[in-house]
Amino acid sequence: MTANPKICSARQAVALIHPGDRLMVGSFGNSGYPEQLVNAVADSDLKDLTIISNDLGSPNVGLGRFLTNRQVRALIGNYYNWNPEVAEAYNAGRIQVTLVPQGTFAEAIRAAGVGIPAFFTPTAAGTDLARGKETRDFDGRRHVMERAIHADVALVKALKADALGNLVYFKTARNFNPLMAMAARLTVAEVDEIVPVGALDPECIVTPHIFVNKIVLREGP
Amino acid sequence: MNSPVAKDLVKNRIARRIAAEFSARKGPLFINLGVGTPTLVANFIQGDHIYLQAENGMLGVGPKATGDAVDRRLINAGREPVTETPGCSYFDSATSFGMIRGGHIDATVIGAFEVDEEGSIANWIIPNGRQLGVGGAMDLVAGARQVVVAMPHLGSDGKPKLVRRCTLPVTGFHEADLVVTELALFRFVQGRMVLCEIAPEIDLDGIRTLTEARFTVAEDLKPMPV
Repeated sequence: MTANPKICSARQAVALIHPGDRLMVGSFGNSGYPEQLVNAVADSDLKDLTIISNDLGSPNVGLGRFLTNRQVRALIGNYYNWNPEVAEAYNAGRIQVTLVPQGTFAEAIRAAGVGIPAFFTPTAAGTDLARGKETRDFDGRRHVMERAIHADVALVKALKADALGNLVYFKTARNFNPLMAMAARLTVAEVDEIVPVGALDPECIVTPHIFVNKIVLREGP
Repeated sequence: MNSPVAKDLVKNRIARRIAAEFSARKGPLFINLGVGTPTLVANFIQGDHIYLQAENGMLGVGPKATGDAVDRRLINAGREPVTETPGCSYFDSATSFGMIRGGHIDATVIGAFEVDEEGSIANWIIPNGRQLGVGGAMDLVAGARQVVVAMPHLGSDGKPKLVRRCTLPVTGFHEADLVVTELALFRFVQGRMVLCEIAPEIDLDGIRTLTEARFTVAEDLKPMPV
């Protein structure tokens, strides 16, 4: 039996990321993020990364390690109040930060994955976060044009993969993971368990394996 | 200026009044609660016709989890561990905000720094260099069918939070439908702010003194149940 070419270690997966890449990482407040992949990036020499994520963990914890380690050039996301190092680095001019309302952020990632270059949303119309963006009125209401958000690499967390890379998630640890899995050129999924093909109920698969390039089995407890 | 209501009573009074608003309504009602005082609303809701949504991807959020039930993979949008209710479901963030933006959420309860007399809400940032986040605030005020603001009548500086025009960056324009403070309940009716209920500790002149926004008084002005 030949080895499954999709399965690799966290370190092997991180070797596929390049300095300066746009890196999407599933997460919501230190929940539902690929911890071992994140740690492998934080322990690597990768620099100048653009991190696309809901938030940036906490100082030196989770995704926060990227900033503490000075691996970040830019952030695209929506909520950094849980990690005060972000505002510090931004005020000091060390990083760029683009804030996108959370629902717009989710939809922009979904759009990237499904071939929609831009869309209109009523969210943020007239506010500081819509400044400089094209607007249009639909049905008497002002809407803002938002562009899709693409990435070079997506690091996602799922509960289980089958050997093909079909994914199922666990409770609110799903968050942005299924969206990000569709939106990058290369998607790496960290999972707690890899099961044989056919072991996942096809009706319950959330991310079909067409979107998954590499599978990393989480090590240890 | 000072509020005549003891500080430790404020949050629960506001939460209880908002809960009564929902308890009285026919279900099913789908509601998103923001962090802080809005979360307390869940403690006072009567009836089983209300389903709580968390924007990080859950419909049917149960009470906070304690002890062995705590699992960091099951949290609300304020990162608190929560529990499931029968019939709850999980979904990705785009579907979650689809519920919100698509008009499927009946009400959102949020806190605010300021609400102005036109119903515009400022609640996402105080530009002091220490905060950098918007979260789902702009999506919620734009998308929920009813926007309920839960906030103290006065800021920590003693200044009115109901103002003529928001001075802080706005989250959404003309979006507030109902504002509940420890002293009063205001509804926005056809874009105009109307005082509908008033707390026992204060009279109309007192409310006018503590409120910068201009409002009309409902013909059937009622005492606020406390």
